[in-house]
Amino acid sequence: MWDLIGLLVNTTVFAATLRMATPLLFTAVGGLFSERSGVVNIGLEGMMLIGAFTAVAVSYFTGSPWIGVLGALAAGSLMGFLHGVASIKYRANQVVSGTAINIFAGGLTVYLQRLIFKMAGVSEAVPRIVDVELPIISRIPWIGPVIGRQNPMVYLALLTVFAAHIVIFKTVWGLRLRSVGEHPGAADSVGINVYKTRYIAVTLSGALAGVGGAYLSVAHLSRFVEGMTAGRGFIALAAMIFGKWNPIGALGACLFFGYADAMQMRLQEIGIPTQFVQMMPYVLTMIALIGFIGRAVAPKASGQPYVKEG
Amino acid sequence: MLDRMKRIPYHVVLAPILAVLLAMVVGSGFILTVGESPFAAYRVLLQESFGSMRGFATTLQRATPLMFTGLAVAFAFRAGLFNIGAEGQLYIGAFAAAWVGFTFTNLPKFIHLPFAILASMVGGAIWAAVSGLLKAKFGIHEVINSIMMNYIAYFLTDWLVTGPFQGSTMIPETKRVAASATLSRLMPPTRLTTALYVALLAAAIVYFIMWRTKLGYEIRAVGLNPTAAEYGGISVARITVAAMAISGALAGLAGMEQILGLNNRFIQRFSPDLGFMGVAVALLGKNHPVGIVLAAVLFGALQTGAAAMDRLTSVPRELITILQGVIIFFIAAEYLFSRFLKVKGEA
Repeated sequence: MWDLIGLLVNTTVFAATLRMATPLLFTAVGGLFSERSGVVNIGLEGMMLIGAFTAVAVSYFTGSPWIGVLGALAAGSLMGFLHGVASIKYRANQVVSGTAINIFAGGLTVYLQRLIFKMAGVSEAVPRIVDVELPIISRIPWIGPVIGRQNPMVYLALLTVFAAHIVIFKTVWGLRLRSVGEHPGAADSVGINVYKTRYIAVTLSGALAGVGGAYLSVAHLSRFVEGMTAGRGFIALAAMIFGKWNPIGALGACLFFGYADAMQMRLQEIGIPTQFVQMMPYVLTMIALIGFIGRAVAPKASGQPYVKEG
Repeated sequence: MLDRMKRIPYHVVLAPILAVLLAMVVGSGFILTVGESPFAAYRVLLQESFGSMRGFATTLQRATPLMFTGLAVAFAFRAGLFNIGAEGQLYIGAFAAAWVGFTFTNLPKFIHLPFAILASMVGGAIWAAVSGLLKAKFGIHEVINSIMMNYIAYFLTDWLVTGPFQGSTMIPETKRVAASATLSRLMPPTRLTTALYVALLAAAIVYFIMWRTKLGYEIRAVGLNPTAAEYGGISVARITVAAMAISGALAGLAGMEQILGLNNRFIQRFSPDLGFMGVAVALLGKNHPVGIVLAAVLFGALQTGAAAMDRLTSVPRELITILQGVIIFFIAAEYLFSRFLKVKGEA
C-alpha cells in the first residue's frame, strides 16, 4: 500500500508533471482566448508544430534559443492571424480552416526541415534553454525539488495562466472578449469592434501555441523531431474544455494530464498499459462533457462567423 | 444530360477549380525556394500520376481510400454534422476487417471477404454512432467528441497491436490476414484492387440514399434546418445517429481498403491522415458523390506524383502535403471568391 502511494506521490513525479504540463498550458490558454472570442481553433496542433520548428530553425541560425522562442511566437501569430482571416473575414468553417492548418503544418515543417537541415526525421541539435535553480525556494523540503529547479519556460507558463486569468476576468478588454464570444450582436450594438477583438484573440492563440511548441523543441529537447507535438495540441484543446474555458481550470486540467503523462512509465511497471494512460485525457474530457463532473459549456457564439448587419 | 449540366450553378464547379489553381500558385512559391522551376516540377508530377497506365493505376489506388473518407465526411455534412472523427472510425473499421481476416481462416473467399468488408463497416459505424449519440443525447458538439473518439481509437488500436493481437514478431502489427480475405489486384504489380469497385459502388449508393430515399430526404432536411425538420415530424436525434453511423461505415471501408487491399495486416498508425484528407475531398467535391470521386483522384494523383517529384527534382515530397493544406484553406475561405464568382455568374 505504502509502496503504491510512494509510487504515485513523490517529488520526482511532481516535477515531471510540471514539465509535461508546460506545453499544454501555453497552448490551452491560447485556445481559450480564441474560443472565448467565438472562434474555434482546432489548428492548435499545427500552430504548435510550426512553433516547434521555427524555434529550432531560429535557434540554429542565431545561437539563441530565446530568440527562437520569439520566432515561434511570431510564426504562431502568423498562423493564428491566417486562421482569423479565413474564419472572420471570409466566414470559413472554422473547423475546416483549422484542419487545413494542421495538414499544412505537417507538410511545411518537414519541407523546411529537409531544406535547412538536409535530413528528414530529426534536425541537428541546437542550443536549448537550460534549467535554472531558484535561490531559497529550491532549499525548501518537498516544494524545492518540485518547483525549485525547473526550466524558465515552466515558470513562464504558470505566469501566463495567471496573467490570462487577470486579462480575461479583470480587465475591460477581457469583458469585451467574453461578450464578443457570447453575444457578438449585443457587443457590436454597444460599440465593441467584434472583428478586431476576434483577430487579436485568434492571433494571440496562435502566438501562445507557437510558444508551447517551442518549449518542446528548444527547452524540453534541443532539436526538432518530425511530428513532435504528437497530439498535444488536441490534449490542450481537451484541457481547455475540461477546465471549462477558464485559465485556472485549464491549469488544473493540464497538471492532471501532465501527471498522467509523467506516470506512464511507472504505471506500466505495475501492469497498466501505457496506451490506457495516454487515452485518459480524452476519456475524462468526454466524461466531463457528458456532465458527470459538472457540465462543461462552450461560449455561445463559439464557431459562428459574425456578419455585421447593414 | 446537357440540360442538367446547365442547371449546375457556376460557382459549384468554378470555386474548387480556383482553389486548386490558387494552391498551385502558392506551391510554386515553395518550389522556387529550392531553385526549381514550378512548371518542370508540376510536369514531373502529372507525368508520373497520369502519364502511364501503371502510374494512373497507382493514382486510382491512392484515390480509393480517399473516396471512402470523402463520402463519409460528405454524408455527415449533408445532415449538418461535421465528422472529423473519420480517422478514428477508419482505424476501428480497419481493425475489425483485420480481425475477421486473420481469425476465420478456413472460410471460402466468397464468404470470408464480404464478411471482412462488412466487419469494417460495422466497426466504423459503431464508433461513429457513439459520436452521434453523444451529440443527440447530451448535446456535445460532434467535432469535439469525435476528436476525443479519434484519440481513444488510436490508443485502443495501439494497445491491440502491441498487446493481445500482436503478430509473431516484435513489430507493432497484427498477423497477416488470410488470402481468402484479401481483395484481388486489378493490374499487378500496382496495388490497385477491387476496392476501387467497392468505392464507386459506395458513391452510387450514397447518391441513391441521399436523393432517392426517405432517409436521404430526412437527412438533407435536418442538414438544412434542424428546427424546421423537427417541426415537420422528423426526429433530429434519430437522423443524427443514423447519418453518423452510415458516415462511420464509409470511413470504416477506407480502413478496409488499407488492410485487405494494401497492407494485408493492421500496422500501428498506418493511416497517412486519410480521415482528415476526407474533409478536403468532401469539400473540394462539393459533398456530391461525383465531385468526391474526382477530388479523390486529384489527391491520389498528387500523392502518386510526389514520390517522382522527390526523386527527379530537388523538391521535397512534402510539397504535396503543403498543397493539400492550402487547397483546404482556400476551399474553407471560399467566400474569398464569392464576389468574383457572383459577377461572373451574372454576366
